[in-house]
Amino acid sequence: MTSLTWISQKAWIWSFVGAFVVWLATALYIGGAGGTAVITTALSFATFTVIVGIGQMFVITTGPGNVDLSIPATISFSGAVAMKIMDGSNAMLPIGFAASMACGLVVGLFNYILIRILRIPPIIATLSSSFLVLSTAIAYGRGLKIKPPPLLAEFATARLLGIPVLAIVIILFAVVMSVVLNRTMYGRSVLAIGQNQRAAWLAGINVERIRFYTYVLSALLAALCGFLLSGFSGGASLNMGQEYLLASIAVVVIGGTSVAGGKANVPGIWGAAMFMFLLVTMLNTFGVSAGIRLILTGLIIVAVITIAGGDKPPR
Amino acid sequence: MVDRLTSPRFLRAVLPAASFAILLIAIFYLKPRTMSYFGLNLMLQYTVPIALATIAQMFIITVNDLDLSIGPFVGLTACIGATWLADTPLLGILALAGCVAAYAALGALIHWRNLPSIVVTLGMSFVWLGIAVLILPTPGGTAPGWVKWLMGVKTPVVPFPIVATVVIGLVVHLLLMRSSYGAVLRGAGGNPRAIGRAGWSLLKTKMVMFGAAGFFGVLSGLSLIGLTSAADAHIADRYTLYAIAGVILGGGEFVGGRVSPIGAVIGAMTLTLTGSFLTFLKISPDWQIGAQGGILIIVLALRALINRREGLV
Amino acid sequence: MNASDETIVALEDVAKHFGAVKALDGVSLTVTSGECLGLVGHNGAGKSTLMHILAGTLDPDRGTIRVGGSDLSNRYNVGVAGENGVRCVFQELSLCPNLTVAENARVFHPSVTGFGWKRRAGTLIREMLDEIFPGHGIEAEDVVGDLSIGKRQMVEIARAFTTTDLPLRTVILDEPTSSLDAVTSGQLLRFIRRVLEQGVSCILTSHVLGEVLDVSDRIVVMKDGLVIATRKGSDFDRNSLVAAMGNVVEIDEIEQHEAREKLRGVAPVVVEAAADRARDTVSLTAHQGEIVGLAGLAGHGQTDLILKIYGAAMRGKGPVNVTRPVALVAGDRQTDGIFHLWSISANIGIRSLAKTVRRGLIDPLAEAAIGAEWRDRISIRTPDMQNNILSLSGGNQQKALFARALASDAEIILMDDPMRGVDVGTKLEVYDLIRAEAEKGRTFLWYTTEMDELYNCDHTFVFRDGAIVADLARGDLTEERVLHSSFQESA
Repeated sequence: MTSLTWISQKAWIWSFVGAFVVWLATALYIGGAGGTAVITTALSFATFTVIVGIGQMFVITTGPGNVDLSIPATISFSGAVAMKIMDGSNAMLPIGFAASMACGLVVGLFNYILIRILRIPPIIATLSSSFLVLSTAIAYGRGLKIKPPPLLAEFATARLLGIPVLAIVIILFAVVMSVVLNRTMYGRSVLAIGQNQRAAWLAGINVERIRFYTYVLSALLAALCGFLLSGFSGGASLNMGQEYLLASIAVVVIGGTSVAGGKANVPGIWGAAMFMFLLVTMLNTFGVSAGIRLILTGLIIVAVITIAGGDKPPR
Repeated sequence: MVDRLTSPRFLRAVLPAASFAILLIAIFYLKPRTMSYFGLNLMLQYTVPIALATIAQMFIITVNDLDLSIGPFVGLTACIGATWLADTPLLGILALAGCVAAYAALGALIHWRNLPSIVVTLGMSFVWLGIAVLILPTPGGTAPGWVKWLMGVKTPVVPFPIVATVVIGLVVHLLLMRSSYGAVLRGAGGNPRAIGRAGWSLLKTKMVMFGAAGFFGVLSGLSLIGLTSAADAHIADRYTLYAIAGVILGGGEFVGGRVSPIGAVIGAMTLTLTGSFLTFLKISPDWQIGAQGGILIIVLALRALINRREGLV
Repeated sequence: MNASDETIVALEDVAKHFGAVKALDGVSLTVTSGECLGLVGHNGAGKSTLMHILAGTLDPDRGTIRVGGSDLSNRYNVGVAGENGVRCVFQELSLCPNLTVAENARVFHPSVTGFGWKRRAGTLIREMLDEIFPGHGIEAEDVVGDLSIGKRQMVEIARAFTTTDLPLRTVILDEPTSSLDAVTSGQLLRFIRRVLEQGVSCILTSHVLGEVLDVSDRIVVMKDGLVIATRKGSDFDRNSLVAAMGNVVEIDEIEQHEAREKLRGVAPVVVEAAADRARDTVSLTAHQGEIVGLAGLAGHGQTDLILKIYGAAMRGKGPVNVTRPVALVAGDRQTDGIFHLWSISANIGIRSLAKTVRRGLIDPLAEAAIGAEWRDRISIRTPDMQNNILSLSGGNQQKALFARALASDAEIILMDDPMRGVDVGTKLEVYDLIRAEAEKGRTFLWYTTEMDELYNCDHTFVFRDGAIVADLARGDLTEERVLHSSFQESA
């Protein structure tokens, strides 16, 4: 019993173990110094998944049925708006960043209004709003071929002692969010609501306000991801958010956060993001085709959720 | 009489058909030329595959789940249809049957482990896409002749897409709304505990509904290549969203087993028409999806309004 | 057609525990054909558990179940019950709201299938409705979700009596009249008498004692998971039945309470609220430092009023006048109270987190200090407050919920029948604590279904059918009066 509880509490460790095993296999296959290069690349790319993953984690933790499907649209929208406003100029960086955050705020607000006023399940609410947001992004950013301001591009790709600076920043950010989750009124409230919304309300928690903060937080992080990602990849593209729908949910689930709500883990998101990227890298180095790669990615997610499933509240 | 016409139930039932009619009238007004056999045929061409995918999604929603993989799944069946089914029909049929069985198995897995369907189906969407890419790495293939023939049938007076869509709606209506086991299936969405207490197997209802969804997904893929004649793994990616929107436009509820097959196919037709409507309004195609999202939100808002009034009565 | 004495259902030494709570503690029961068995008892006496076991929706921990002479103990479930002619009308309705009346009848009868099933199912249910509730005004094509709760209950009852290819021997009716009006209740009772003559037997519970007395051939009185009396229906009258259900309590603290009664009118009013269906406009008032009891049978509007007061306090507005911060002690621990993934300490601290925040962050030491303080004050029995809340026994979990409310800044404590299934020792400890806190000026609103607990209250309001029907000062409180107010005079 105790060892079982221990493992179920530390389920997120497996994401790091998985990441390490996959990395080891890749490193042995390519041999030599290639292994470190793989790690730094993985850190760069995983960073973006982690940013949106953290937002998605808070949303999912508020309980069954809560999930943010508007993340990809928000990424594209925020990226397009920021690029167009900054127009490649360093001086406009703060304004571009503010605009990007404003995009996130608007989307988050809109999502919450749909959920609260139209009383639609969050899945459908965020899905419908993502249609609108994506269209806005497409219409606004049509033919957008604007390079990011050099400063942003430099920051997004800079390395310190070979380690991506952005990754370091986001690791620190993850630490902060972990503290927010475990040591603030907000974080505790999210965890309580996820376990039992009714009990949380009866224990004096303002459930609606917490849900509002959570959807806004998720949208803000998606906007941040869009902003940084356009700096990293030399400009915004309209489908740059696409892969983050599954990725954001997958890293949350693989990282040991319970889909049933009430149990979340921030470090696990890093482990899971590294695992997901390293897995693709490994399959690539093994020369596996794109089809097999997709199938394995999908099957791993289904397998993890099947194993992790069942931890429903005892009713 | 007036009471009856303004009762929430009546308004809810009429909403899908009314939205469709209003949209159609608006199009006729903008482009009177569309009011012809040829015009309707062209505008509603893609209704058949979308309606079939919508029906598939509706089966899943009936039992309080949601399928985020129906688009890639339709893409996969389209790829199988344009390759194996055309070249070695037996292998093709077996593969398609396997797809349906896989869907039923997913239903069993979701029931057995009490899993959130959206995570499972999101994962499966990658699996379907991966298999499709393996089968057909680059766009191509050819649809079997009989599929092309079927989709190209010229019906008298009323264009084929309308006839086919109405037939699909009626057949599913008979199966789900009029059959005796259909009542049990819908009941499993309305009050699973009551169905369990009456001695029915909830595992079976879930497998039947997912299996049916898989079957209609296959039909959707085949009808799609009948129109395009070639396939591509990504050919139906947007169908996931179309299908959900179609069910909702058609008056289906997300939980509680309240769905309507007739409404769903009307929803699919409405969705197809939006595209033409926006083009005729000279709105850039950029706003296509956005407009669909907007319509979805408006319909949901109207419904919330109707429901709120019901709460006051 | 005469009723024979053939035994249809026989339970022997059936027991069921939920954790530490003994819902049924060895009950034996027989029902013979053509007999109506009335089942009465206080809340928590074990009636519902017993009915669920008979219906096959709960497995007993031990004991034998025989239906029609064959021992089915090892394979008894809903399906087997149905095959053997045992049907149940549950208190919580088991109709599918999205289906029509006819479709719901079909779901109940696997054999109604094939061409024309809808018509046959419709006829089946309509004929039964006509027979039981003439003039019911329900169509077979009506969607159940659109029907009023009373009509739904009529459909559910009628459905249980319809027969196709399966036998009908015993129908369990758990509070069948709770949503019916006087006319339809009367129709149902007359119908029950008629089916009894055809050899079908019934098991009936009702909060309207007159109904039970009217139709029952035999009445079984339950208390604390045991059968304490079985007699012929005609041997009971209203008073003797109430007496059989009740329990004698030593009253030794009356004088002390009477002193506190003087608080009324002196101390400020902190809560003023009317019940939902306040036809006789008695409204509830509570003064500072008072312990106010909310009595009556379970589910007659007490919890609704408590939630209404809580909601008004949380939102800072509403129809209720609440002037001080509130906290709530849940009675249904699993759904309203505990956070099952958290430690005991975290469960206690959640209501008081604001107190532990230092420089924007929760101080774990301060949080643990709250836990430690209340572990001593309310004596929660655990080796470590960091253990999971589920490691505690039910009574200690309940203490943790008390600690959560009492540790908070709340001056008004709402209690939603919190002592359900708590052992006597714990109860006495908590009573003392409540008294001590009330002395310090806290106000308690205490919904309880246990008579003994009312003697701890300074003032008691009795609820029936969503309304307050009696307003008893401490000196007027007797079990007799509460019971008489709780049970309707007649149907």
